[in-house]
Amino acid sequence: MGPTLDFGVVFEAMPTLLWGCLGTMGLALAGMSLALVIGIGGVVTRTSHIRPLRVATISFIEIIRNTPFLVQIFFLFFALPQLGLKLNPTVTAIIALGVNGGAYAIEIIRGGVQSIHKGQTEAGLALGLHKAQVFRFIVLKPALRAIYPSLTGQFIMLTLTSSICSSVAAYELTSVAQRIESDTFRSFEVYFTITLMYLAISWILMTGFAVISRQYFNYPTR
Amino acid sequence: MATGFGLKEFGFLLVGLKWTVLLSIIAFIGGGIVGLLVAIGRTAENRALSRAMAIYIGTFQGTPLLMQLFVVYYGLGLIGIQLPAWAAVAIAFTLNASAFLGEIWRGAIQALPRGQTEAANALSLPYASRLRDVILPQALRIAQPATVGYLVQLIKGTSLAAIVGFIELARAGQIVSNQIFEPILVFGVVGAIYFLLCWPLSLYSARLETRYAAAAR
Repeated sequence: MGPTLDFGVVFEAMPTLLWGCLGTMGLALAGMSLALVIGIGGVVTRTSHIRPLRVATISFIEIIRNTPFLVQIFFLFFALPQLGLKLNPTVTAIIALGVNGGAYAIEIIRGGVQSIHKGQTEAGLALGLHKAQVFRFIVLKPALRAIYPSLTGQFIMLTLTSSICSSVAAYELTSVAQRIESDTFRSFEVYFTITLMYLAISWILMTGFAVISRQYFNYPTR
Repeated sequence: MATGFGLKEFGFLLVGLKWTVLLSIIAFIGGGIVGLLVAIGRTAENRALSRAMAIYIGTFQGTPLLMQLFVVYYGLGLIGIQLPAWAAVAIAFTLNASAFLGEIWRGAIQALPRGQTEAANALSLPYASRLRDVILPQALRIAQPATVGYLVQLIKGTSLAAIVGFIELARAGQIVSNQIFEPILVFGVVGAIYFLLCWPLSLYSARLETRYAAAAR
């Protein structure tokens, strides 16, 4: 039998696949939200004066960054029930994505916070700005601008990584595709199509983030 | 019957580890060779070539590694190429690595002062010699920290071969875990092995970075 392509079954399954795309976005958004919480909390403990807190945070970052996401999600998948947390696969996947993204977010956010020079705040106060104004215009906005490219890049990475959550059967695009594949045996067609979908998702995100950046962070630095 | 985590199980993980290391080495060498061509093409004066390489890089960076693995794995079968699983997986990782290394090296080539190219031109060095003797040695040096850092991503990425059933470290862990019913212990050990493999590289990459940052100051 020669090679034959049949995308018919894929078109029939299109609505299911598009729901899968939404699942992927939901998973990535929830994971990223958790990652930001861990990231902000982690910056506090990472720069804390209490040594054990600092050491624990650094260990967490190094362990997460130097082990594969697949092993992390398997570990959580089996470890969480032992802690008495009986969660469905999708929630487990969100936690895994959040923990993984969080480790990277800590270092990104820390870099942004440390990029604001102390003299900036003092200069703002000396110019007669309110404390709230100083925080908003002189600390927060430049810090956000400094971390924006890395953080949005991280979000896109997390979106792509979420495909690995199919290995614990979380609800997202890849696991939806796997179900269609096992029904139709059109492996290549199914995976090729959802690869294009992932490409479209990351392209839309990248363009969207660039537009926001131009609107919001478009002011001279020096 | 569950027998607990003994030498036999650990030995099985080590066989998996051997494949993880082999797969990483193959992908790094293959990806390095193709990636060099990608970087050269991406920084070439030919607009069409440069654009094509940008699309190549963007496609691999904009899709999940797992999907690339699936598409290559099933795509090769579809066009009638029968390869052992390790070879199909190695091809996918090589292509992926070539895009990421290509992008890292493109950055390094473009970071070189323009004067380097201009001086080489003024000396009327031919294109090949300009690349080989002037541009690449300097660019690859600048790119060292990022290249070593990428190696960590590559090693971690090979774990996805487990999902298509290839028995490397992560898949070996799954198998052992299913046999002895101690998933936390087994995946803890598997994670520790990955960590011992990746952490020294991460430290080395960070050290190279501070060294170059100090040298550039």
